[in-house]
Amino acid sequence: MSRSPMAAPRSFLWTRRVFLTLLTGFVLLPVYVMVSSSLKPLEDVSSRFHWLPSNLTVRPYIDIWSTVPLAKYFLNSLIVAGAATVCSVVIAVFAAYAVSRYEFRGKRVFSVTVLSTQMFPGILFLLPLFLIYVNIGNTTGIALFGSRGGLILTYLTFSLPFSIWMLIGYFDSVPRDLDEAALVDGCGPLRALFRVVVPAAIPGIVAVAVYAFMTAWGEVLFASVMTNDATRTLAVGLQGYSTQNDVYWNQIMAASLVVSVPVVAGFLLLQRYLVAGLTAGAVK
Amino acid sequence: MTTTTASAQPGERTAGTSSPGAARERRRPPGRIRRIGLPYLLLLPALLLELLVHLVPMVIGIVMSFKELTQFYVRDWTLAPWNGLDNYSMSVDFDAPVGAALLHSFLVTCAFTVLSVGLCWLIGTAAAVCMQDAFRGRGLLRALFLVPYALPVYAAVITWAFMFQHDNGLVNHVLHDQLGLTDKPSFWLIGDNSFVALLVVSVWKGWPFAFLIVMAGLQNIPKELYEAAALDGAGVWQQIRRITLPSLRPVNQVLVLVLFLWTFNDFNTPFVLFGKAAPEAADLISIHIYQSSFVTWNFGAGSAMSVLLLLFLLVVTGAYLFLSSRSRPAAGSAEASRSVKASRTSEEGETADV
Amino acid sequence: MRSIRAAAVGAVTLSLALAASACGGGSSSGGGSNDSPKELTYWASNQGASIEVDKKVLQPELDKFEKETGIKVKLEVVPWSDLLNRILTATTSGQGPDIMNIGNSWSASLQATGALLPWDAENFRKIGGKDRFVDAALASTGVKGQDPAAIPLYSMSYALYYNKQMFADAGITEPPATWDELVEAGKKVSGGGKWGLGAEGSNLSNNIHQIFVLAKQRGADFFTADGKPDFTSDGAVAAVKQYVDLMAEDKVVAPGNAEYAQNQSLSDFAKGRTAMVLWQTASATFKSMGMKDDEWGVAPAPVQSGNPGSGTATNSMVAGINMAVFKNTDNIDGATSFVNFMTSDAEQKILNKAYGSIPSVEAAQTDPAFNTEATAVLRETLADSAAALPQVPDESQFETAVGTAVKELFADAAAGRAVTTESVKEKLTKAQQQMPNK
Repeated sequence: MSRSPMAAPRSFLWTRRVFLTLLTGFVLLPVYVMVSSSLKPLEDVSSRFHWLPSNLTVRPYIDIWSTVPLAKYFLNSLIVAGAATVCSVVIAVFAAYAVSRYEFRGKRVFSVTVLSTQMFPGILFLLPLFLIYVNIGNTTGIALFGSRGGLILTYLTFSLPFSIWMLIGYFDSVPRDLDEAALVDGCGPLRALFRVVVPAAIPGIVAVAVYAFMTAWGEVLFASVMTNDATRTLAVGLQGYSTQNDVYWNQIMAASLVVSVPVVAGFLLLQRYLVAGLTAGAVK
Repeated sequence: MTTTTASAQPGERTAGTSSPGAARERRRPPGRIRRIGLPYLLLLPALLLELLVHLVPMVIGIVMSFKELTQFYVRDWTLAPWNGLDNYSMSVDFDAPVGAALLHSFLVTCAFTVLSVGLCWLIGTAAAVCMQDAFRGRGLLRALFLVPYALPVYAAVITWAFMFQHDNGLVNHVLHDQLGLTDKPSFWLIGDNSFVALLVVSVWKGWPFAFLIVMAGLQNIPKELYEAAALDGAGVWQQIRRITLPSLRPVNQVLVLVLFLWTFNDFNTPFVLFGKAAPEAADLISIHIYQSSFVTWNFGAGSAMSVLLLLFLLVVTGAYLFLSSRSRPAAGSAEASRSVKASRTSEEGETADV
Repeated sequence: MRSIRAAAVGAVTLSLALAASACGGGSSSGGGSNDSPKELTYWASNQGASIEVDKKVLQPELDKFEKETGIKVKLEVVPWSDLLNRILTATTSGQGPDIMNIGNSWSASLQATGALLPWDAENFRKIGGKDRFVDAALASTGVKGQDPAAIPLYSMSYALYYNKQMFADAGITEPPATWDELVEAGKKVSGGGKWGLGAEGSNLSNNIHQIFVLAKQRGADFFTADGKPDFTSDGAVAAVKQYVDLMAEDKVVAPGNAEYAQNQSLSDFAKGRTAMVLWQTASATFKSMGMKDDEWGVAPAPVQSGNPGSGTATNSMVAGINMAVFKNTDNIDGATSFVNFMTSDAEQKILNKAYGSIPSVEAAQTDPAFNTEATAVLRETLADSAAALPQVPDESQFETAVGTAVKELFADAAAGRAVTTESVKEKLTKAQQQMPNK
């Protein structure tokens, strides 16, 4: 929504132009470095920086797949982040619906503390969580530690609080008359949720899904302890380009680009939803 | 978004164990008993997972903080001897090196957080306000601005590490070789400048989130306010000062809190930028605790430090919510904007039963 | 209502069960068994150029072992950045591999956890006896007077690698044998963007290896005989200062090396930017970086004066990789027979050739592959003039605390700040105070 159509003064326009130009430079600088370095031969990236490659090569993009099993890590990340996102969104939808549509004891405490869970340092429960997973494995035979399942479970809970909090805001903005009408028509509350509320809250749900996916895609600490050779994710796997012999900066940059493309593309495609979701949900 | 790990909420316990009859319903169609339980059933998966991944581990972590959990005992931590408050007294004994180092790290983190959150907010708000009016290329610019936020943390930060190298990095190439601002290349990844490096990366990565939220917040400001102000003869600058910023106040309250918590707990950025041992000047508390537990194998002390950090954040957040909910009525200039969800919940938090 | 109560009860029960199960600790199954005799899990450290290279080296050998014994070994090559964390979590939870590689300097620290199988006479008998192994390598397998916690697998030692052409251009005919000569040679080749010596100022372990030797050369040690930290003796302070002074005072190390931690000094050497580097078994790396074998020479690492030997003539730490067996393995016989296999003369030859390291078994060292000019220096150093890092439980804390102190001093030196005996002593005092005092 824009301000008044009245013409803005020159001082504002100039400030805006200068500021946005500088900011664009700041934002794009690393992106440029990433792209240009990924097209440089190794000699270029391990000597003094130059803006332009001495000669362009796509070699790094070929080598990245053999230096480390990037495809496998990619698949692992995709499975882990994908599953964590789906589960997180479904669970958050249920929880947010309960909070948004029902009065029950403990609701206030629940909703206010949801946000405050963002404050807990991960390092405090890294080791205990690991112990719990191992013990669940020992007693029930469900392998959580080292498996993708354990990582999925962990990541989905990382994004859960923020997702719930955002969806509560969004569901609140969906008129109650809609689902009440559905209830009157004889739908059960769950059908009302999926038939009426969820479709009306798609932007919010997409926003939450994007957040959940990004959280899972980028996490480093838990992944470094909880994965093994077979389940290693990209965040950890990318360290493989700093080998005993050399740091393959051009390959690091190429691989970083390759692993960023899906998230950035997805994010940018969905950003309209994201803004809409935030507008109606979190910041309202 | 910054991968901040979150943990369990004491409130959930209340939800799980509260006496059942209290559930009230908006309407009472048939199948009442089932319906009363429904909200709890809907919350159940979330509750169980939070319990499994956050609450229980946190309790175990707190228990560990009272133990002497060094390499002699890690094999079975239940057998580790209790050492009461030793881990805590060691952590807060600021005259001794361990405490002094923790205090130093804490102060560094505070300075870092204040600067980073401040800059993120400033840049994000400025950019959002600048882009409130439609102009050519606005959509493209908006997409560009979101790129740092969308990039996976490790990919972005490792690129910065590459740029900050002493010999071959872009930063020294520009500052020293091309602009001649320094008489010799500076170090960014070691020594005192590492603080600046960390701050730059953190702001680069964090401001788009502020931008995104403020942008969303701006859309909730009714157009009529601007029109009315324009009729009164207020220029753009005055509109920003009188309408935009006051109306954003509630949004900012939540935004600043979220940014604060994420920045204060940020582990990934310093870890990818500096590795396991951060330079003194950029020794953020999360890395410091990581080093105290995993690198020097003293999980008891590490847990105690985490618990202290947690207490600090609880106090700060509580105080913040209390103050911001109290000061909200004073922020009445935003009266025309719709009621603010977030500060409402925080108010409820004050009166909520436990 | 019932469902609410059920849910509440369920939640509480679950949380209690989880807490209880976590309290159970993971490693109660103490002594090891033979419950799964046909399978082993092995965590290998990253020895070759990359993890993929390691898999290619090791897998054929594991297949051979499977053929001989019918035991399938599941291999995972763990990157160095993760290895210690993985071992720690495995130790804590009891959920780990049966066998793993450890950096030999970690032996005493990991021994203290009690999670590793002690190699008493009986166990040693199963792998052909203690006498088969090189003494120096055995010195780095755990606290003195206790049964070793691990078995030496690959051995390495430090040597001075130098660029023949750069030496010739500067008119240096003999590689330096003492530190004074090294500084002199370094000054001669320095200039015009070239430097004398490469260092890894931000690599904590490498810092420790270097200053440990320099302290030894002054008769100083970082721990007292009863295992107490002693970082601030005159010898230790002088050793640290001498090392940092290579950059601060002598200016033979490029300031940029202060932030090196990923073997960038090797890449500088291979590109002809530095004339010398002190390293362990670097030949394979140089080759992979495109440096021909006749372009570089190797000489024993320098001493203060005279010739390398024991005591103050020490010129290397005992570097290497040990193999350890987790005590709670469920295939203890298989694990020992795997260690036996990997330390057999034949495998020692194959593996150490592949990695450019020295066999830890004496009989395997006679192979001509280990008597080339490059390897002979390393082998002789290991045999005659290498000393094991302190074998104390606090060794890993020592590496962190003192290694960080040296890193910070390098940062000072690189920034042009003075490095004095006082500033060195101050850093070391701080490092010592950070050590656990129990």
